[in-house]
Amino acid sequence: MTTTTEPRRRVTLWQRLPVVHQLRQSVGLQRGMLIVGLVITGIFILTAIFAPLLAPYGYAQLKDADGAPFGAQVPPGGEHLLGTTVGGYDVLSRVIWGSQTALSVIVVAVILSIFAGVILGLVSGYIGGWLDRVLVVIADAVFAFPTLLLAIVAAIAISGGQSSLWGGVFAAALSITVVYIPQYFRVIRAETVRIKSEAYVESAKVVGSSTGRIMFRHVFRNATRTLPLLFTLNSSEAILTLAGLGFLGFGIEPTAAAEWGYDLNRSISDVTSGIWWTSVFPGVSIVLVVLGITLVGESLNDLADPRLRTRRKASIVPAPTAESSAILEGTDATP
Amino acid sequence: MTRVVDITNLDVTFSTDGGSVAAVDGVTLSVDSGEVLAIVGESGSGKSVTAKSIIGLLPETATTTGAILLNDREVVGLTGEKLRSIRGTDAAMVFQEPSLALNPVFTVGWQIIEGLRAHKGISKKDARAKAIDMLSRVGIPEPEKRIDYYPHQFSGGQKQRVVIAMALVLEPELIIADEPTTALDVTVQAEILDLLRRCRDEFGAAIILITHNMGIVADLADRVAVMFEGKLVEQASVEKLFASPEHPYTQKLLAAVPRIGTGGARAKARIEERIASGTVNNAEPVVVAKDLVIEYSGRLGRGGFRAVDGVSFTISPGEVLGLVGESGSGKTTIGRAIGGLTKITGGSLQVLGHEMLGIKERAFKPVRSDIGFVFQDPASSFNPLLTIAECVAEPLIVHGKARDARAARPRVNELLEAVQLPRAFGDRYPHELSGGQRQRASLARSLALEPSLLIADEPTSALDVSVQARVLELFAELQQEFGFAALFISHDLAVVDMLSDRIAVLYQGRLVEEGTGDQVLGAPQHPYTQRLLASLPVPDPAEQAARRDQLRALKASE
Repeated sequence: MTTTTEPRRRVTLWQRLPVVHQLRQSVGLQRGMLIVGLVITGIFILTAIFAPLLAPYGYAQLKDADGAPFGAQVPPGGEHLLGTTVGGYDVLSRVIWGSQTALSVIVVAVILSIFAGVILGLVSGYIGGWLDRVLVVIADAVFAFPTLLLAIVAAIAISGGQSSLWGGVFAAALSITVVYIPQYFRVIRAETVRIKSEAYVESAKVVGSSTGRIMFRHVFRNATRTLPLLFTLNSSEAILTLAGLGFLGFGIEPTAAAEWGYDLNRSISDVTSGIWWTSVFPGVSIVLVVLGITLVGESLNDLADPRLRTRRKASIVPAPTAESSAILEGTDATP
Repeated sequence: MTRVVDITNLDVTFSTDGGSVAAVDGVTLSVDSGEVLAIVGESGSGKSVTAKSIIGLLPETATTTGAILLNDREVVGLTGEKLRSIRGTDAAMVFQEPSLALNPVFTVGWQIIEGLRAHKGISKKDARAKAIDMLSRVGIPEPEKRIDYYPHQFSGGQKQRVVIAMALVLEPELIIADEPTTALDVTVQAEILDLLRRCRDEFGAAIILITHNMGIVADLADRVAVMFEGKLVEQASVEKLFASPEHPYTQKLLAAVPRIGTGGARAKARIEERIASGTVNNAEPVVVAKDLVIEYSGRLGRGGFRAVDGVSFTISPGEVLGLVGESGSGKTTIGRAIGGLTKITGGSLQVLGHEMLGIKERAFKPVRSDIGFVFQDPASSFNPLLTIAECVAEPLIVHGKARDARAARPRVNELLEAVQLPRAFGDRYPHELSGGQRQRASLARSLALEPSLLIADEPTSALDVSVQARVLELFAELQQEFGFAALFISHDLAVVDMLSDRIAVLYQGRLVEEGTGDQVLGAPQHPYTQRLLASLPVPDPAEQAARRDQLRALKASE
């Protein structure tokens, strides 16, 4: 929590919103990074939302309106701005529709893992005892597995060979969730254990508050302050995991939805024969989206830490002295 | 007498989230060799910043202008190698918290030798001999053996001695001591002050002593500089400053220092009042402790730690019992046990008629509305995300006196007024209040349900002297108005004396002395109480010199 030197100045709700607040606070390089990240992420989200309007063709479309097939591995230009794939899909449309899949997987995965992770972490940290020990051991065990392997196992177990859009999205999202619950769990648990010994929690205990009230009124909101950071950093990892799953063939079928990882997989053989457009565009989209979200996450992380935050240089003009006099406080506070 | 430091027109400005803040504003100071200059002021007055700027220890966000001559060399604007060459050899620093100033993974000998070898190209063997010599000079017994000890193997006072040895080993002309005894107990503090005095007399070093404790100033300083809001408001010799302070701020500061022997009259008046109202003697005591034992369970395979060992006392309704002791004496543990935060392991503790040995939380919950608790650290005792009004309303809501914070607001306003905070402060967040204001809001919260017992755990130890005086005054007023019984825990004898009807002295978990303020402070019986009392520096240079001799005699007789 940052202390303002003018306690009387009220900030509006808009200025206190997580990202807006940090944007106003940042300067210099950190501001540049944050803005670049926000722009890329914004473009990504808008593309995903308006994919049906932006994409010239459907993600599984092989023929144009007249019934004539697109043809495989058509170079960029003319009808197909970014060319077509070996399977005869339009690359531009696949890239645009792919953003929708990526976004829905992020949303589902992050929401599921945040809810489960936060509640488990809060209960485990606050109540402690054997429950805490068991949960920590399970979380550690999950950590010990390679994440992609775990995601593959989860994907097979969950989907069982389905290939519908939402079935595929949920399979990918749930397998990512399994990997990320321990991360949220650990962060929230550590915060809860720290906050548990703060004087304000003890004071709530002395007052006689119930355990539930202490947990949700006093601990919960204080423990979840670092979540926006974790949220952004994990979103980018979720995209990479999804692409990895697709690349290995455990993701979503091309007829169910467009998925960048799958397209990359199909373009492996094209690379050696000089057909660059099938691999470059899905690859660049993955890199850009991960870069954008990571930039936002890293800048938020730096801004949240007062030691890493850069500030405007102090002006040479004499500034007002810190108004923190105890003697004055003693007199002006008397009503 | 040569001039070691000469500061002219020093300005230090910090850039913060809220814009630039001037921490030091046009300070001009000088220190001669063999002289102790004390810089006093409350927190935020710029005293530490001034001293740290001499060795360039300020963070990057600081902008310094003006001139600082250290041994006729300009320090402002020095960077890198040049700055490093003056640190340690020309000026050294002694920090507030000795356990943080020493690296726990290296032996103390290594840490002393590191400084030596960095500045003087001497052999390992010579450096080690020098380090041993220095440890013995700062009063570490068996230095040949203990040079290979790690910091955790030393007590707090010994750690501070090691830090001072590290500062002295390069024979700097100037030692900057930033609150060198604040983290230490009173009896240890006296020893460290003695050591610093020897630094001046034997090594001829100039010392800049930063402190907020006027007793320490009277004990050690030759000259005093008073800082207020970044400005130097007064500079005088120690005798002159205490005898005839000129600036109104200095006068206020001196008046706010609690002195032993002022509480007796107040206590007497209160007891007479209670006898007149007939509440004394015929009422059941609110707290009865009998052979109370509290143990903390140790790690696997190790025995528990006995924090409180066979303590017996009572608190009658409307009575204030002051509990005094050094860190680790078990005073906070007793307070937490009465508040139901720590379980007791043996003996008997009755709180408002409930036996605390083996009590269930469910059985104790109704009793909680009759107990108020004020915590030590005002910074962390409020939930940072709730407004003051919501925090103060918590006890009312939990005990069903109000449905939500809005319904409780009229009562909250009354409470805020009772502790002399404006109603509008209810809408502020905790971080928007100063330490003293927060501690008053904390009092308001603990009084919300009009408890018959209040536990105050060092409520003023984190506050500046001037704020402390007002909070203590307020505490006394509220006690008179509400008539609650109180357990007042403190390490400061003078503070306890101001408020308490009776004083109990704890030493290593045992109650060594109990009685009225006059008995305990006027004619202490137990040797520990005598030493505690003699170690407490008084804010008067002449009297303090006499007390120092008394303490030395007391130690010699032991």
